[in-house]
Amino acid sequence: MTPTPDLLAAEFADRPLPDTSHGGILYVEGVTVSFDGFRALDDLTLFIREGELRCIIGPNGAGKTTLMDVITGKTRPDTGNVYFGQTLDLLKLREYEIARAGIGRKFQKPTVFEGHTVFENLELALKADKRAFTSLTARLSSDQHDRIDEILETIGLTAELQRLAGSLSHGQKQWLEIGMLLAQEPKLLLVDEPVAGMTEQEIEHTSRLLNSLEGKHSVVVVEHDMAFVRSIARKVTVLHQGRVLAEGDMDTIQRDPKVIEVYLGGEHG
Amino acid sequence: MAEDSLSARLLPAAPPSEPSWTKWDSLSAGLSRLHGPTGWTVILSLVLLFGVAIPLLNRLPAADSAWHIPDYLVTLFGKFLCYALVALALDLIWGFAGILSLGHGVFFALGGYAMGMHLMRTMAGEGVYRSELPDFMVFLNWKEMPWFWHGFEHFGYALSMALLVPGLLAFVFGFFAFRSRIKGVYFSIITQALTYALMLLFFRNETGLGGNNGLTDFKRILGFSLQEPSTRLGLYLLTAFLLLLSYLLCRYLVNARFGRVLTAICDAESRIMFCGYDSLHYKLFAWTLSAVLCGLAGALYVPQVGIINPSEMAPAASIEMIIWVAVGGRGALYGALLGAGVINGAKSWLTVAFPEIWLFFLGGLFIVVTLFMPRGLIGLLDLRRRRKTA
Repeated sequence: MTPTPDLLAAEFADRPLPDTSHGGILYVEGVTVSFDGFRALDDLTLFIREGELRCIIGPNGAGKTTLMDVITGKTRPDTGNVYFGQTLDLLKLREYEIARAGIGRKFQKPTVFEGHTVFENLELALKADKRAFTSLTARLSSDQHDRIDEILETIGLTAELQRLAGSLSHGQKQWLEIGMLLAQEPKLLLVDEPVAGMTEQEIEHTSRLLNSLEGKHSVVVVEHDMAFVRSIARKVTVLHQGRVLAEGDMDTIQRDPKVIEVYLGGEHG
Repeated sequence: MAEDSLSARLLPAAPPSEPSWTKWDSLSAGLSRLHGPTGWTVILSLVLLFGVAIPLLNRLPAADSAWHIPDYLVTLFGKFLCYALVALALDLIWGFAGILSLGHGVFFALGGYAMGMHLMRTMAGEGVYRSELPDFMVFLNWKEMPWFWHGFEHFGYALSMALLVPGLLAFVFGFFAFRSRIKGVYFSIITQALTYALMLLFFRNETGLGGNNGLTDFKRILGFSLQEPSTRLGLYLLTAFLLLLSYLLCRYLVNARFGRVLTAICDAESRIMFCGYDSLHYKLFAWTLSAVLCGLAGALYVPQVGIINPSEMAPAASIEMIIWVAVGGRGALYGALLGAGVINGAKSWLTVAFPEIWLFFLGGLFIVVTLFMPRGLIGLLDLRRRRKTA
């Protein structure tokens, strides 16, 4: 059951990337989202470098999940721009096109296909031609089989490959969902509260896994668990009322008076 | 277009798939993917029963023999097979994509009307009024045929309309409903409204399709008299053959990755989209195909039963179709066939023997199945829902 993060290194080699010649993978510029007059995001600007592992924290209602929704096409902002690399305008794409372009998302609540086996879940997630007509005749090649085996090993579910995903434990579902993300071979991973509901040991594995991704991919993690954030993040962005309140390494952030006032003060004073 | 350019730019070429099937080995491999040995044995037995035994027992023994199957039973079985095709079409979308349609009667009826119009056109001059126009038009004192009746004198045209009209209606309706992310009970209610609205439209004499009487009193199909037992047997056999083909087609679809994506949409649609699948295309394809199969069933039904009228579009008729699938067991295709057979068999018997209890029986059965047998009759057979092969 122990995941082996090192294997991930090989998995993300030699993929074409969006135009990141200026080092940026994600540009969020001046994005505003209002729901019935409430500004969930207020002129938010954020920049993620290629290969970066970024944590986004903030109190409830700060706009973290809305930000993920905007990046993945679930919510359309009122104003602002979101670019993937220099050239790909995400606001012009639909959810599935954004996923095909190379952005993977893990939901807060583990979301897997409960009626399918672990193997089938990974098969469906695997990077491939995903158009409906292709799916009528699609078969797994032996390379693809090998990749699924490799991912199963990485997430420690090799023994469970024939089990229905619905019968997995909470932690196993989280792993499977991360495995599905890996199968998709995204360039940018958005991970929403990956350790919610996990045991200490599972949290440690998750932290090793995410750390091992740094440099090979860009990862954005939304998390509440401060110890976990400290264990993975080089750079932390604090959101508050739909805006970036502060940005920097964890120590700077924790000393920032503004941050202490709105967020850390209460919980970690 | 965006899709093509995107995938071209961002996805490397798909790894080469396995070599395509060659001759017999691959054919048998393909067949064994559809069903295991047990499944094929059952299918073969049913083919022998419905395709060989019943026709022979209808034609060979003398009419007073205990072995003789009377002509009316052959037609009754033919009708059941049409219903089974509808149940199959419903299970494809309900059992696999989780789309509950309470309006499939509309697609069935449209297919039936297209075939009925053809049968009316080919008997021009032989109606009660000896007119070139169908009787009901003469009765309404119409001097010429409405524009949409033209072309139906050709069998091929009528048959394509029987498939295209339900298909097109389903495509347009499904496109807007699925694109607007209308799901679950809201979708079901809209399908109910759709069939109800069209029923009201078809009830009107001004619509030009026979009003509440519909189309009936047909004489012949492709030159063969519809009163002849041999014609009826032929129609029955054709229905059985097309049902078999449709079953194998649906079975192929749900066993392909396509089917796994459909089930996945049912489980977690947002996840399937964030995996890079356009769920709209998948749902629309299954939904449209389902409607086309219903249209085919309607077209086969009308010459055998001899009448098509707007009551086929009544909401209750569509709900009854759902009960067939629910009772048989959804999500396995053959359950739907079984349910359609069992319920319609019971209906044929009960409405004659105890006409007053039929609706109570149907309602009671639905409650019992929903409460105690969530997987329907096939759940009783204790078959594993799907055999997993690594």
